[in-house]
Amino acid sequence: MVAEVETSGSMQDRRRGGAASNLARSEQINGWLFIMPALVLLGIFMVYPILWSLWMSFQVGRGMNFSFGGFANIIRLTQDPVFIRALSNTLLFLAVQVPIMLMLALLFASALNDSKLWGRGFFRTAIFLPCVTSLVAYSVIFKSIFALDGIANQALLALQLIENPINWLSDPFWARVVVISAITWRWTGYNMIFYLAAMQNIDRSIYEAAKIDGVPTWARFWFITVPMLKPVILFTAVTSTIGTLQLFDEVNLLTNGGPSDATLTLSLYIYNLSFRFMPSFGYAATVSYVIVILVGVLSLIQFLIARDRRR
Amino acid sequence: MSKSLALIGRALTYLALSLAAFVSIFPFFWMVLGTTNTSADIIRGKTTPGGALVDNIIKFLNSFDIARVLFNSFLIAGLGTVLTLLVASLAGYGFEVFRSRFREKIFGGMLLMLSIPFAALMIPLFMMMASFRIINTYQAVILPGIASIFVIFYFRQATKAFPSELRDAARIDGLKEWQIFFYVYMPVMRSTYAAATIIVFMANWNSYLWPLIVLQTNEMKTLTLVVATLTAGYTPDFGVIMVGAIAATLPTLIIFFLLQRRFVEGMLGAVK
Repeated sequence: MVAEVETSGSMQDRRRGGAASNLARSEQINGWLFIMPALVLLGIFMVYPILWSLWMSFQVGRGMNFSFGGFANIIRLTQDPVFIRALSNTLLFLAVQVPIMLMLALLFASALNDSKLWGRGFFRTAIFLPCVTSLVAYSVIFKSIFALDGIANQALLALQLIENPINWLSDPFWARVVVISAITWRWTGYNMIFYLAAMQNIDRSIYEAAKIDGVPTWARFWFITVPMLKPVILFTAVTSTIGTLQLFDEVNLLTNGGPSDATLTLSLYIYNLSFRFMPSFGYAATVSYVIVILVGVLSLIQFLIARDRRR
Repeated sequence: MSKSLALIGRALTYLALSLAAFVSIFPFFWMVLGTTNTSADIIRGKTTPGGALVDNIIKFLNSFDIARVLFNSFLIAGLGTVLTLLVASLAGYGFEVFRSRFREKIFGGMLLMLSIPFAALMIPLFMMMASFRIINTYQAVILPGIASIFVIFYFRQATKAFPSELRDAARIDGLKEWQIFFYVYMPVMRSTYAAATIIVFMANWNSYLWPLIVLQTNEMKTLTLVVATLTAGYTPDFGVIMVGAIAATLPTLIIFFLLQRRFVEGMLGAVK
């Protein structure tokens, strides 16, 4: 490698000005050399594609034949009922699933943070376990559980919670319920671990003091735990948002977007536009930029909310 | 009064946690049980073990060239992990140890790129791979994921705990910068590497969308793709699928139980 630091007999050398600037130059060169492989790869496989995608979103045509279409794709977006469907489904999943999951994760974490709780290790491991499974494996398992005569219906019938079996994956409403339950099952434990770790950093004496002052449990949770965890809650909210906006594996395997597009998500629609139908790459790129913009806007909003509440 | 209230609260907590634990574990139980039952029995919700285990395994082994599929999965996940760790730790170390204002700006830009969804990259990436003529190859699957911003960030955070005295001592001993990295930094940071190995390997092993796009023939398929392919079609054989699902889950499950602490540390690493 180039220009390493001169060290043999160096103490006197280093005091001289020439050696010092040599050192600075070598730091510069090394700084670039260490990060260069990553920068080159990021340039090729991230920066270039995202710019290419932007350019492509102004192109029209099928397959590999492109021509400049101006705002044609954006106009097509506003008139495309399937896109509107995919967008509203994605936002629905986001609005329902993320709050439920984070709330559950927070509640489980605060229950498990109690050192006097019996069986703490077991509960923690059990609730965390789902995020060890691959998305494909668990989607398939859920598909079999929610079959028409499957175990979910059998159990609900036996408990007399329903009178007739629910046609989970063929009914638009219930298909959405299954998708939301599946994602919640997979990711609640994951988020819980973040909260648990953050709770361990909260000074116990704050709780003791509140307890002595007669602050009830729910108030301790709401006015001490939640504000203290704000940075972590923000982090999990942003990552869950980004994840849900890109939802693909589960819907592709559980319902394939059906019935009649009730669970079609933006990512699945992009996939269909590019690889399942006659490829329409330009339009698919436009749809993908909708996700980029949504992710950006929602992350910004969540960031601003968190900053605002801190005052 | 308040004592009995506390008791009720306690009972409710246990009830809720038990329910959550049951719901969390049940699908695993269902998967294991399913390997012993026929597809019809699984769909019918049969809760007792059956005698179809051997039959399911044989059918699974005959469905695809499973040896080849396992080889593909391990090669893609393994090689991808090694390269990701190497490139990302070099970068994380470089950003933290050699600071400059300009590089800090690059780093800030990279953090912004963290939120770029893969959906926006997959079409240009696919076209790029097509123009390189490497569709349906291992390199096409592995290359785009190597420079993971998340892992770079993780290594930069971890490097803050790397004692600068060690680096100074190594310099005085005449080691070159790359030697310091490979002979001092890497061994000292081995628990960081272990945690990163777990998360990166798992992500690669479970990856679905990108392999689905670039791997197009049966002899290139990974285990994840095989399980997905078995599920497609109108009459999926769930007994066979459960065998595949276990095979796909087992490596990560084993890693999890062997290295539970490190596993969790790895997941948390980036937010500290």
